Amino acid sequence: MSFAERTYIIPILKGMMITLKHLFMKKVTLDYPKMTKPMAPVYRGKHILKRDENGAENCTACGLCAVACPAEAITMVAAERKKGEENLYREEKYAAIYEINMLRCIFCGLCEEACPKEAIFLTDEIVKPSDLRENFIYGKDKLVEDMNHRYNFAKRQKHITEK
Amino acid sequence: MIEPILIFKFALAIIVFAISLGVAAYATYGERKIAGLFQDRFGPNNAGPWGLLQPLADGGKMFFKEDFIPAASEKFLFIIAPGIAMFTALMTSAVIPWTSAIVIAGIPYQVQLADIDVGILYVFGFVSMGVYGIMIGGWASNNKYSLMGAIRASSQMISYELAMGLALLAVIMMTGSLGLNEIVDHQKGSLFGFLPNWNVFKQPVGFLVFLICAFAETNRAPFDLPECETELVGGYHTEYSSMKLGLFLFAEYINMFVSSAIIATIYFGGYNLPLIGRFITDPNTLAVVGFLVFFVKILFFIFLYMWVRWTLPRFRYDQLMHLGWKSLIPIAIINLLVTAGFLILKEY
Repeated sequence: MSFAERTYIIPILKGMMITLKHLFMKKVTLDYPKMTKPMAPVYRGKHILKRDENGAENCTACGLCAVACPAEAITMVAAERKKGEENLYREEKYAAIYEINMLRCIFCGLCEEACPKEAIFLTDEIVKPSDLRENFIYGKDKLVEDMNHRYNFAKRQKHITEK
Repeated sequence: MIEPILIFKFALAIIVFAISLGVAAYATYGERKIAGLFQDRFGPNNAGPWGLLQPLADGGKMFFKEDFIPAASEKFLFIIAPGIAMFTALMTSAVIPWTSAIVIAGIPYQVQLADIDVGILYVFGFVSMGVYGIMIGGWASNNKYSLMGAIRASSQMISYELAMGLALLAVIMMTGSLGLNEIVDHQKGSLFGFLPNWNVFKQPVGFLVFLICAFAETNRAPFDLPECETELVGGYHTEYSSMKLGLFLFAEYINMFVSSAIIATIYFGGYNLPLIGRFITDPNTLAVVGFLVFFVKILFFIFLYMWVRWTLPRFRYDQLMHLGWKSLIPIAIINLLVTAGFLILKEY
């Protein structure tokens, strides 16, 4: 190497020009809490147990979702509908206990595909973090749809059937 | 009756102190912001508008951390070391001429804390004392990483001081004075009619050597071996926590500010800007403009420090010593001899 090459002055200046260019480049960071990435319309997040228009639960506790689940995250106990509970449960059999362990769940969506009654769906909500394992076992209290905040799955269904 | 000059100097001391601390605090913010921008990130942007309150948040954090003193450490030296580092960093700014003289009630006042004849020697004295804070801190921690960092810091600072002094000697020979005021006055006017009469144009090689040595003296990348996160955890401040660590880091930024000021004073004409005297005649306005010019120069050098830090990788230890002893010192000596030759030619 010649003396001029050994001083590395020109390569250093070139390198500094490269870093200077980056000073004015578009930033790749997403300013997270203020901005969020757009979610895919078929994002597979937290589950929901659908109700019909009258507010009766769709689930009939057939257990197909639990069988389909590769992570064995779903547990349910079936019960028979009593007289006078028609407004609560659509079918004659219903799930008295329905639990999904969100730490086991791999969010594959097979439960959604297996369900013959259109009762279980995956939403674009994210399972909230917690410091207790027990909090991740979601019972019916957390899974059943709130009638005041209904989910519309028409768009999602369209995407899935088109695929 | 207190003499007005005393009041003026006292006020100036407080102002210089506040400015040094403020600039150092915002240099930490600037460093993080610039690092972010260089890496296509945002940098701090949550504390206040554009993250401007980040230094306050950092300072608050530092104060509320647990102040831990290792059991095996030399307690007195461990506690006093960050203080020494901070003290030496702050003391250097005393001889910097901040701007041209201010006229109050018909009496001109030098805007410089101490106009001593050997200003440059004073600066060098305190810069070489700066190594004590780091060395004592690293040794008193009783930790192998700290000791390694301290050894590296002291050997690096001592070897680079030589080349720094030799580079500076050429400027001193040209000026014929060790006082910073005379050096600044010497750089008034213009060179060949179009360049400002700054030493950087007369001493480009000397400037380069001085700049490289200044990076090494302030322990900044690519010469940040004393702290060298990848090898030495934190180097000399591995064992430090809370505001003691804060003082060490802060001292580094004050050093950066002061060394930028010295580079601007010695090689970039200090508060001089060519032709400014033609448009402004009022000495006080001239002083304010001169201060702003000086400040812009300082900020540019602080930016240069950060720019280089986020561009160049760190030197290996033997490469550092090789560069210092085998390259910079010979170059500085040759530069000195050539300058001396020119000065003699000019005389006859």
